[in-house]
Amino acid sequence: MDIEYFLELFFSGLTRGSIYALIALGYTMVYGIIQLINFAHGEIYMIGAFVALIVAGVCTIYGLSGFAILVLAAAIAIIYAAAYGYTLEKIAYRPLRGSPRLSPLISAIGMSIFLQNYVLLAQTPDFLPFPRLIPSFAFMDPVAHIIGSPELVILITTLITMVLLTLLIKKSRVGKAMRATQQDLSMARLVGINVDRVISLTFVIGSVLAAIGGVLVASYIGQVNFYIGFLAGVKAFTAAVLGGIGSIPGAVLGGLIIGWSESFAAGYFSSDYEDVLTFVLLVVILIVRPAGILGKVRKQKV
Amino acid sequence: MKKVGAFLATAILALCVLVPGGAMADTIKLGVAGPHSGDLAPYGIPTMRAAQLVVKEVNERGGVLGKQVELLIQDEQCDPNIATNVATRLVTDGAHVVLGHICSGATRAALGIYREAKIPVMSPSATNPPLTQSGEYPNFFRTIASDDMQAKLAVDYAIDKLGVKKVAVLHDRGDYGRGFAEFAKQRLDEKGVEVVMFEGITPGAMDYSSVVQRVRRENADSLIFGGYHPEASKLVTQLERRRVDAVFISDDGVKDDSFLNVAGTAAEGAYMTGPKDLSALPLNQAAVQSFRDAYGAEPGAFFQEGYAATQALLNAIEKAGSTDYDAVVNALRTQYVETPVGNIKFDEKGDAEGVGFSVFKVENGAFVEMQ
Repeated sequence: MDIEYFLELFFSGLTRGSIYALIALGYTMVYGIIQLINFAHGEIYMIGAFVALIVAGVCTIYGLSGFAILVLAAAIAIIYAAAYGYTLEKIAYRPLRGSPRLSPLISAIGMSIFLQNYVLLAQTPDFLPFPRLIPSFAFMDPVAHIIGSPELVILITTLITMVLLTLLIKKSRVGKAMRATQQDLSMARLVGINVDRVISLTFVIGSVLAAIGGVLVASYIGQVNFYIGFLAGVKAFTAAVLGGIGSIPGAVLGGLIIGWSESFAAGYFSSDYEDVLTFVLLVVILIVRPAGILGKVRKQKV
Repeated sequence: MKKVGAFLATAILALCVLVPGGAMADTIKLGVAGPHSGDLAPYGIPTMRAAQLVVKEVNERGGVLGKQVELLIQDEQCDPNIATNVATRLVTDGAHVVLGHICSGATRAALGIYREAKIPVMSPSATNPPLTQSGEYPNFFRTIASDDMQAKLAVDYAIDKLGVKKVAVLHDRGDYGRGFAEFAKQRLDEKGVEVVMFEGITPGAMDYSSVVQRVRRENADSLIFGGYHPEASKLVTQLERRRVDAVFISDDGVKDDSFLNVAGTAAEGAYMTGPKDLSALPLNQAAVQSFRDAYGAEPGAFFQEGYAATQALLNAIEKAGSTDYDAVVNALRTQYVETPVGNIKFDEKGDAEGVGFSVFKVENGAFVEMQ
């Protein structure tokens, strides 16, 4: 019984943590390249979920089946979110490049508020039901209380996404350019890398990950609202800082640690303490390792 | 309308002043205190009019104990300072019973004065729980459910009708939800039913699966939740997903169509409390109709409660056979009276039994009132 309970909490934390990790990747990649905390990232996640809801609604009218709708809705949500991420960077951050670091930060907060209210006005302030697109697999039934079909789909999807992302960054030319830009922006520009394109691409990739997270979460918990991006964004940002902002494995690790700490705190102590424990952990880790678990302290060149 | 109310109040006040001392002994004096001017006047005026309508009808029938009922109307604007002055004034004027006050704060300020003077007071609208529960004011009664009545009703229903044995209590950490959960826990403790969990969950959190797993592990047969529908729909969805067959019981904040839409099939079988639908009661219809006839408008806030309170007070005097404090209070606690808010009497502490809320159950995607 106790091992079983432990496993229940383990998988519930893993599921939650992998979603945090997906969103945290967007924060950390953007920060790694232009040292900007993109506060509007949580909103991209929310917009992804909303687009998927609209597409799913349309598909249901045309009578498609569950899994086909999920794939189609996710694909269109990804395209939309990518476009939003790209435009966001173009409008709100690019004109401010080279200005003091505080300016794009304020611009990011502004975009976050703008996007929330835009969805609030254009859609609705209410909670909307999100169809349960992930089917219940019969073979999962005996263990549904430990790990259900939606959790399984979430875990597999995030795993595949992260492997693809790693391959993209480690093996492809674009990935090489991204790594070079991360190391030294002006040097990368000098050796002929189109830095602007790399930055845009980073935003696009981050937004795609957030949209995947949004669609998965929405179909998992079954509801969508214009405000869901805020809390998820805060948690994911915490995860990025915990793992070491700028570090991609760090974001994943941070996400999982937060997911587990919440899950175990709620499971073994009380859900009153889930946030307390998470943030105590954050403080302790930042005291011991100020740059986060896997973060590198950049030496200031004088 | 306000002007008419103010005029009436003034006119009646003037009458009271004009009535010579000798004639006073022959009437039953009903004090009416509440906001009849200012921002909160819409909460006070319907009660004042309810009192006037009831008294007019009673007097036409020959009064109470053969005496005419006289109204002493006082405006206190829901201000605790003015309320104490008004209370003193009503005591001096010899009110036998008082209908009021309207706001919880003003009521609390005035109650001590009435207690010293041994005057029973009945509010149609003050919902603050300690007014009755602290036991400080044995002279206080009310015809509206106190804030904790919902929790009491939900818990009693769960124990008596659903037979719950082990209860998990969760709330959303907000004033309303937490209040509901705390009252529910208190009631469960009183009844000796085991509370296996009492916890707050983060509103808006991504999911509540760990909490739901705790509920499952603790073998709770029911989950009482204080809060609003977004969290409630997540909870019922997770309960269904995790194959936890605990009965979900919640409050008025969950009795919203959004809960049905968002939670869908997971909402089926959930219970929640909500305001009772009174419009079908014949007495209620009659009271509302008499208001429409007299004023050509809809009654407004707390009209039914005010109507009921006036009837309850006068009925108690009638049943007690005198205006003696102990006899009247005893009658209020023992004698049922037919009112627009139902057939009521008052419990030890002064709350009307059976007033205000009903238990609803989600059946086939709709809220169904349980008997």
